[in-house]
Order: sequence, then structure tokens, then C-alpha cells
Amino acid sequence: MRDVAIASFAQTKYVRNQVELTEVDMIIPVIGDAISRSGIPKSEIGFYCHGSSDYMAGQSFAFVGAVDALGAFPPIAESHVEMDGAWALYEAWVKIQCGEVDSALVFGFGRASMGKLRETMNLQLDPYTLGPLGIDSISLAALQARALIDAGKTSERQMAEIAIRNRRVAKDNPNAQVTGDFEVEKLLAEPTIVSPLRKHDCPPISDGISAVVLAAGNHIGRGESKPVFIRGIDHRLDSHQLGGRDLTRSPSTKLAGERAGVHDGPVEFAELHAPFSHQEVILREALGLGDEVVINPSGGALAANPMMTAGLTRIGEAATHIAAGKAGRGVAHATSGPCLQQNLICVLEGE
Amino acid sequence: MSDKEPVKSIITPTRTEYTYTPGPSAQRSLRALARGKLVGEICPSCNQVYYPPSGACARCGVATRDEVEVADKGTVTTYAIVRVPSENIDLELPYCTAHILLDGADIPFFGLIQECEWDAVRIGMRVEAVWKPESEWGLNAENIRYFRPTGEPDVPFEQFKEHL
Repeated sequence: MRDVAIASFAQTKYVRNQVELTEVDMIIPVIGDAISRSGIPKSEIGFYCHGSSDYMAGQSFAFVGAVDALGAFPPIAESHVEMDGAWALYEAWVKIQCGEVDSALVFGFGRASMGKLRETMNLQLDPYTLGPLGIDSISLAALQARALIDAGKTSERQMAEIAIRNRRVAKDNPNAQVTGDFEVEKLLAEPTIVSPLRKHDCPPISDGISAVVLAAGNHIGRGESKPVFIRGIDHRLDSHQLGGRDLTRSPSTKLAGERAGVHDGPVEFAELHAPFSHQEVILREALGLGDEVVINPSGGALAANPMMTAGLTRIGEAATHIAAGKAGRGVAHATSGPCLQQNLICVLEGE
Repeated sequence: MSDKEPVKSIITPTRTEYTYTPGPSAQRSLRALARGKLVGEICPSCNQVYYPPSGACARCGVATRDEVEVADKGTVTTYAIVRVPSENIDLELPYCTAHILLDGADIPFFGLIQECEWDAVRIGMRVEAVWKPESEWGLNAENIRYFRPTGEPDVPFEQFKEHL
């Protein structure tokens, strides 16, 4: 395996409704920032890959528009995944491992506010038996939360405490969208949106962009911050048929974690992409993370959930945490699909 | 099971709605169009002029902000005579669509050609915009009804081959 490092990370501030700018207007400064801080001249970036979904923009081939931000002349090597930007990072990592390139710019973007996200997310379901039921993303997450409570693995109180902790630590994250101090009794007195989920259990709808530059070979160490190495990365998926899954467990996260070598060293912290509060419980169990592991120093997806890049943001935030000397080794996780269907685990370590 | 007709297809209607905002460049250009002006943007790096402007130079990957007015006449760089009906397009068949390199722009603009025999349309032909009456102008590209031949001499391919 080649050493591959996260050389830089850049992101927008996440907001509920970005109406002033187009996606391209938003992408240009963020990738410019990431490339500049990586210390790698743009002309030496070997590969570009991004994650987005045309369903966010409501236009077929909307993802091609993002290429306008890249300066694709002379021609560049470029690819796209209709997934969270974390999977774009995986593709770039594979390309670097294959020895084809020594650097890559990876980004993800979404303006979920353009549509009605709960309804838009219905379109990711199988179009024959599940999608036509009209079930939305919050209702599906509520089914999972109910199953978890019924199994005795969490409670509405614990879920509220998870939301409180994430949004409290997010006060230190200048890019977070929902932050502050909340009281558990007050939150539990709120009505449910879809039982047992209350507003605080659900992620905000966020518009935003994040970008990572990967470096290998001679490019490692050229950047402003210390390189943070990808020691293991793997992604796995569970059935898209929700009826065929035990929603209280995440076997794909467990397997990806084992393959990525989560416990080959001490896990000091984890950035978990758990858009709904109860999902943090499922992920902690799947990854075998004890109480000593700090969860979501950034505030996680409950503080900002930019659809199609919240997972990449977890990797970027984890790398930033290590590069700043706040930890030596940690885990970043990304999810995609309903009820934690697909999961990616990235183990990061400082020098 | 065996006495039933197999299910060969199902229809599952779906509908999503979006609120689209055009961004600063397209907004400025649309406001200019409502005043009868075609305003594009120039790349600060390579000086290419884009109409309509997208806010970025795809060649250089930099933001474009400086406005440049382009002419409402130009040169046909390619065209098609459409004889097949299409959903959502309410035009009498056949009709002619063309890429038109507006004078002052570096990339072609998409327009309809009329007031012309179809077999007379050709690459290099000079055309000009036919506008709706000013009282009907709005914030949309339909302010220009179509383009028609100007009768000027054709432009040799060599002069626009870099702008296809």
C-alpha cells in the first residue's frame, strides 16, 4: 500500500438556504482554497473526482456543470460519483494506490434546499415496491429509531442527549449550522415529527460544499498543515430492501470497520456521519467504540448535514482534528442510502 | 399463480418540485435582456467572452464577473432541421435550431432560425435577432423570438473554427 495523506481540507459555512449563488459560484472558492493550502500547484493535481446528486438540483446532468469550476483545459482526468463525496475520495484513493496519479482533488456539493428533501430522498428507494409507497426519509429513520428503542438499545432521552452533545460541541465549529445549549427536559417536551423522532433528532437541511486534496509520493508534506495519513479505508453496503434488514444493526459498518483496521491501533475519536440521533448508537456498536472514544468533535451531521458531502466533511474534519495536534489517530465514517444502508470507514493517523 | 397474466410493467407516478435560483451572473444577464441588451461576461484569465454567462470560465476554472455587451447578430456555426415532434416543445414542424456565434462572444448561443427556406440555412450564414415587441419583454430568453438571415456575405469557416 502507498502512503496517501490528506493534504488539505476546505469547506463552506453550511446554511439552510443558499439562494444567492449557483453551485459553480460556491465550488470555485472552496476548491481554490483546498488546492492553495495543499501546497500542490493546480497544474500538478493528477485527478479530480466529485460526489453529487442530480436529484438535488432537479436537472439531469447537473453534475457536469460542476466541471465548469475546475478549469478543464488543457484536459484533466475527472470522474464523478452519484454518492457522497466520501466515495469520490475512495475512488481517488484507489487511483492513487494503482499508481496512476500522485494527487487528487475531491469534493462534494449539494443544495438540498432547492427541492423538498424529505420527498427527494424517496427517489433513492427501489422504484417497484418501496418508492411508490411515498415514504420519506424522516419516516424511514423513525422506523429504525422505533426498532432500536423496542430492542432496548436506546431511549428518547438518550437520543436527545446525543443531539445536545453534538450541538454543544458544534459551538466551536464556525461552519456548523445548528449549535447551542439545549436542555433535555425541554427537548423531550417537544412534539414528535414522526414518532419517535423530534426535531432535535433530525439533521438540519444544509446547503454547502467541502473539498479534500489527497497527496502521495513527493507531494506529501507540501501543504500548510501536517499531512494526515489514510491508514485504512473500506466501504460496504447492506440490502436496499429495508424489510430484509435488522435495522437495529449495521453489519456493513462493522465489516468496513474491520477491513479498514479500526482497532489496529487506539481509537481516540470518531467523526460519525449519523444524520439522525439514534444512528450514532448503531454506529458506535458496529464499530466497537467504547465510552472513552470522543464522538464528533465537529458536532457531526446533527449540526450540519450538507447532502452529498456530509460524509466527506467527516473525513475532512477528522483530518483537521489530527493535523491540529488534538489527537493522533481517529476514525471517520460516511453513510449513504436509507437507514445507514451504505457505510464507508476511513482510519486516519498523524505522522 | 399460473392462471394469472404475468405483470409486465407497472406505472409509479412521482413528482418533485424545485425552486431554482439563477445566481448572480444569470440574474444580471436576464435583467439586461429585459432591457433588450445581451450582456455576457469576460474571463479575467483568458479574455474569452461568454454569453449567456454562467459565472465561471470553464476553460480556466475562475469566476467571471466583468460584463461585456455582445451584439444581437452573429454567425451560424452549426444547425439542424428538426422534423420530429418532442414533448414540451410547442413549435410547428419542421423548424431550424442553430448555434449562433454572436458578434463579440467566444462561444455560440442557441437560437431558432426563421424567415428562410430550410435548404438555404448554412454554416457561416449571418443572422440577426428578431425581438418581441418591447412591451412584451420580460426576464427570459423568449424576448428574442428567433433569428433571420441578414443577407450579409457568409463568414469563412476559418474565421470561427476556434469558436465551435
